Amino acid sequence: MSDASTTIARTVPTRRPGRLKDFWSSFRENRGAVIGLYVFAAFVLIAIGADILAPYDPTAQHRAFTLVPPVWQDGGTWQFPLGTDPLGRDMLSRLLHGARFSFFVGIVVVVVAASGGIMIGLIAGFAPRWLDTIIMRIMDIILAFPSLLLALALVAILGPSLINAMIAIALVLQPHYVRLTRASVLNERGKDYVVSARVAGAGLLRLMFITVLPNCLGPIIVQAALSFSTAILDAAALGFLGMGAQPPTPEWGTMLAEAREFILRAWWVVTLPGVAILVTVLAINLMGDGLRDALDPKLKRS
Amino acid sequence: MLRYVLARLLTFVPTFIGVTLVSFSFIRLLPGDPIIVMAGERGLTEERYAELQQQFGFDRPLWVQFWDYFTGVLQGDLGQSFVTKRPVWDEFFTLFPATLELSLCAIIFAIVLGLPAGVIAAVYRGKFFDRALMSTALVGYSMPIFWWALLLIIVVSGNLGWTPVSGRIDLLYFFDDVTGFMLIDSLLSGQEGAFTSAVRHLILPTIVLGTIPLAVIARQTRSAMLEVLSEDYIRTARAKGLRPSRVNGLHALRNAMIPVITVIGLSVGTLMAGAILTETIFSWPGIGKWMVDSIFRRDYPVVQGGLLLIAVIVMIVNLTVDLLYGLINPKIRKR
Repeated sequence: MSDASTTIARTVPTRRPGRLKDFWSSFRENRGAVIGLYVFAAFVLIAIGADILAPYDPTAQHRAFTLVPPVWQDGGTWQFPLGTDPLGRDMLSRLLHGARFSFFVGIVVVVVAASGGIMIGLIAGFAPRWLDTIIMRIMDIILAFPSLLLALALVAILGPSLINAMIAIALVLQPHYVRLTRASVLNERGKDYVVSARVAGAGLLRLMFITVLPNCLGPIIVQAALSFSTAILDAAALGFLGMGAQPPTPEWGTMLAEAREFILRAWWVVTLPGVAILVTVLAINLMGDGLRDALDPKLKRS
Repeated sequence: MLRYVLARLLTFVPTFIGVTLVSFSFIRLLPGDPIIVMAGERGLTEERYAELQQQFGFDRPLWVQFWDYFTGVLQGDLGQSFVTKRPVWDEFFTLFPATLELSLCAIIFAIVLGLPAGVIAAVYRGKFFDRALMSTALVGYSMPIFWWALLLIIVVSGNLGWTPVSGRIDLLYFFDDVTGFMLIDSLLSGQEGAFTSAVRHLILPTIVLGTIPLAVIARQTRSAMLEVLSEDYIRTARAKGLRPSRVNGLHALRNAMIPVITVIGLSVGTLMAGAILTETIFSWPGIGKWMVDSIFRRDYPVVQGGLLLIAVIVMIVNLTVDLLYGLINPKIRKR
C-alpha cells in the first residue's frame, strides 16, 4: 500500500468525532429541530414497544363499549383513555400500533428509494453522456406523473396492501434521489481531489463510492428526512383511499377511512389518527429543516 | 435563446413518448383480463371472447398495439370508457373545468396569503411574527390534507353549518354548461342565489387544496426575500434613504419573485395529487374523483387516458415555467 492511503486511514477516525460534534452543535442551535428530534425519538420508541405499551390488542373488539368517548369527556372511562371506535376497539392501542406501521413504511421507503436512487444517480453521473441522457429521461417520465396518482395506479396493478403501497411510494420518490445524487456528482467530479484520486489510480468503483459519494451525502440526508415524512403522508393517503393497508390493520390513514361516516357523531375517531399523523410528520419536517441548516452551510443564514 | 427553446422542446418529445408508453402498459399490466371485466357477471362464450379480442385488437403483437395507440393519441383518440361507452377524451374535457376551477381558486388563495406572509416574515426576521408565521407554515406543510378536510367539515359544516359538505352547487339550481366554470356559469344564468351557492361550495375545497401550496409559497418567499435582502444593492437603496416599504416592496420583492414563480409553476403536480384527495372527500365532480372511481371500477381506458392527459398537462406547465424562467433569467439559458 502507498503511504498516502495509510495516512488517510489514520487521519479519518480522529477527524470524524470532530465533524460530528460540529454538526451536533449547529443542529442544537435550532430549537425546533431538537424538539422534532425528541418527538421522533418518542415515536420510534412507541413503534418498537407498541406491544408492551398498548393496553389491549389493537384488533380486539369490546362489543359492550362501542364509541366510548375519551376519558375527559362525559361518558368516558379510564378503561379506554382515548375512547373506542365503532367496533369497540381501544383507540389508544390502535394509535400506538399505528406508529409501528408508519415507522415501518418510512424506513422501508427511504431505504429502498435512497439506495436505488443513489446507485442510479452515481451511475448517471459517471456514465457516458448517452447513458446519462437515457437515465435522466426515464426519471423525467416518472416525475411527469403526480406522485400520488402514479402510486395509486401502481397499487391498482399490484393489488391494495401496505407492502404494495410502500413499493409504489418508493418508486415514485426515487427520481428525487437520482437527480440530487447526479447533480452533486457532476459538481464534485471536476474537483481537484477527485482528479488526483483518479491520477493515483483509483478504480471507477472506488471513485464512485469512496471518493465522491461521501461528499454528496449532505443534501441526500436532508432529502431522506423529507421523504420519510412524505412516505408516511402518502401511505396514509393511500390507506385513506382504500388502496393501502386494509382493515382491520390499525394504520392511521386506514383508521381515518373507516371512521369517515362517524365524523359528525364521534369526533375522536376522526381527530386522533389525524393528530398522530400530523405530529409525526411535523416532527420529522422540523428535524429535516434542522438537518438542512446544519449540513448545508450555504443555507445557514436563513 | 432560440437554441435554448429548441433544446428544451426536444427533450419534450422523448418524455412524451415515454409517458405514452407508461400509460399504455397499464392496461396490459393491470390484473384481470379487461374483456372478462367488461363482460361482468354474465360471462361470455368462447367465440364472443375471441370476437371482442379482435375488436379491441388485443390479439395483435404488442408493438402494433402501441403504434395504434400512439397514433390515436396524437389525433386525440384515447379509446372509450368501458362503463359509460363515451370517448375518454370527451369525458376528460367535460370534467376538467371543475378541477381547473378548483385548482385556480386554490392557487390564488395560496398566493394571496402566502406572498405577504413570506415577505412579512422575512422583514421581521427572528421576531415574533416571523416565528409564528413560519411555525404555522410548517404545520400546513406537514398537514395530511384528507384529515384537514374532515376537520373542516366537522367544524365549519357540522358545528357551524356555514358551508355545504359536497358537490359544486345546490341541486335546486339548474342551468347549461357554458364555460364549465361554475362561478361564471352561475352568474350567467342570472338565477338568484346561484352564484352564492357556488361560492359556498367552493370555500372548503379551496382551503384544503390550497393549504400545502400556501405553506410552500410562504416558506419560499421568505427564504428568497432573505437572500435578496442581504445583497449590496439593497444596502445601497437603504443608504440612499429610501423608505423601507419601497426598498422591501420594490427592490427586494421583485427580485425575490423569480424563485417564487418557479415554485408556483411547479406546484401543478402537487395540485393534481391534492385534487385526487380533495375531490374524493368533497364529491367534487372533477378529474381527481373520476380517476379514483375509474381505478376502483377497473375502467382501464379511462385510467390509461387520464394518466396520460394529466401527465401531459403537468409536462406542458413545467415546460412553460422553464421557458419563462429562461426568459427572465439569462444565466439558465447557457446550460
